[in-house]
Amino acid sequence: MSSDVLAVAEHRRGELRDVTFEVVTAGRELAAEMGGDLHLAVIAGDVDGFAETLNLDGVDTIDTVDDGAEFNHDLYAGALEALFAEIDPTALLMPNSVNGLDYAPAVANALELPYVSDAIDFAYDGGLEATREMYGSKVETTVTVDAEQFAVTVRGGEWAPTEGTGEAAVEPFDYEFDADAAGSRVTGFEEVGGGDVDIADADFLVSIGRGIEEEENLDLIRDLVDATGATLSSSRPIVDNGWLPKNRQVGQSGKQVTPDVYLAIGISGAVQHVAGMKGAETIVAVNTDPNAPIFDIADYGVVGDLFDVVPALIEQFE
Amino acid sequence: MKVLVTVKEVAEAADDFEIDGLDVGEQYLEYDLNEWDDYAIEAGVQLSEAFDDVEVVSVTIGPERSEETIRMALAKGADRAVRVWDDDVAAADLDVAAKARLLAAVADEEDPDLILSGVQANDDGFGATGVALADELGFEWAAVVNALDMSEDFSTASVHRELEGGVEELTDVDLPAVLTIQTGLNEPRYASLRGIRQAQSKEIAPMTLDDLGLDTDAVASPIERTSMYEPETESDATYFEGDAGDQASQLADMLREKGVVGE
Repeated sequence: MSSDVLAVAEHRRGELRDVTFEVVTAGRELAAEMGGDLHLAVIAGDVDGFAETLNLDGVDTIDTVDDGAEFNHDLYAGALEALFAEIDPTALLMPNSVNGLDYAPAVANALELPYVSDAIDFAYDGGLEATREMYGSKVETTVTVDAEQFAVTVRGGEWAPTEGTGEAAVEPFDYEFDADAAGSRVTGFEEVGGGDVDIADADFLVSIGRGIEEEENLDLIRDLVDATGATLSSSRPIVDNGWLPKNRQVGQSGKQVTPDVYLAIGISGAVQHVAGMKGAETIVAVNTDPNAPIFDIADYGVVGDLFDVVPALIEQFE
Repeated sequence: MKVLVTVKEVAEAADDFEIDGLDVGEQYLEYDLNEWDDYAIEAGVQLSEAFDDVEVVSVTIGPERSEETIRMALAKGADRAVRVWDDDVAAADLDVAAKARLLAAVADEEDPDLILSGVQANDDGFGATGVALADELGFEWAAVVNALDMSEDFSTASVHRELEGGVEELTDVDLPAVLTIQTGLNEPRYASLRGIRQAQSKEIAPMTLDDLGLDTDAVASPIERTSMYEPETESDATYFEGDAGDQASQLADMLREKGVVGE
């Protein structure tokens, strides 16, 4: 066994995804603490082009698997299991992205590696100690892994992206993938959430979450939107309930928005939501729970009941 | 055809709570069916309504208390349930691999064509059990499924996987498979009074490690929780104080100052 780290890059439709550069930072830290090298696996797509971009500070070796055009979990799982056997690293590091959720647990299980997902921090001192969140971000926990080798996925946005050119060696890894025998086939992509309004263009978003409780209460928010000339958006549960169309959803799986002002009403601030709106210039949060995570990123806070605050706010503009 | 739905009773911490050792104090926890699993149950029940001869079986790992939650699945249309628990399971700190081994042993007994599982649980949020279970069983899988279309012969599931940024991946998955279900896939039904009454007479079969042909090695885990704490607030927000009227007036001034609302 080596003290190396094997990290995995992520790309989609010809573009490396931001989380790749964050995983490199996390991997570089871990490799330094373990005294090993950082390997970066790049699987499918334009691997040579990606490898050029990924010649980043601290990356020792880029292992390319030149097969397939896009992510396929059977390819990723198979290639990573073979690559892990070849490199025999201490740590396998993957992004806790949607595609990460689709291959990382399978790879860990197949390799019989203890698996810790969605780490927001970690340290290595003869063993892994990882920090995670529980109960909807209300608490943090540390977990220790008593094993020589382990797999861990890292949450996006927790490590700064790596920049700066390095001196990575590019090593093509020979892996035979039998696409015909694979039990899953990616047949295409679909953009969702078109429609009448592009919330990504709005300067002022009034965004509503679970705190609204009932569909009919949305009328109150519509009144606020009318009074202020804002654009209405929402967090995921409102769209899941069918109360607003998908094109209004802000978040990881919805739209990324960057308005001048983002007024979050009754939104607790789950990490998936924050991923879509943290780029707003000014964030205002209205929530009854003073400990709601949304206040951690807010510039202005109103601790109060939206059913009192919103009518009073409407009055201000009438 | 048989659809196995994995369900979990999850705990939610109250807004105000205290930590007692390595967990939130029991008096601050409320138990409920995991939100993602509610959508998985609905997907299973809809398949049983759309196809002939589909049995929906729900499986959980949990103490006797969790039968209340399992009854919700039965009240919504699952035909019967299996609950895995014994003293050894209770004493273990189950990691993903241990859960996958337990559920795989149940799946070996039940021999399902399809397994539906929530993407993640809203207590520990590992987001891994379904895909690990697929690997354990040698099944195909798809994670974060937000649309599902089953072929007439129950051999292939055409799914949408909800990627980041408003993009969905279209994938065909051969059965037997595990699909991890994202919220929004469907509209979970409320349990009807009739359903709740019927659920009382449906079977919840208790299973021990012994029943499943496993020993305590199956629940051994190298992962241990070593601390739990409330994160320090990172808030540097300016708070608007006073009653709702005062707060609204300060907020309105700020919005006017930013120029996003006219006079």
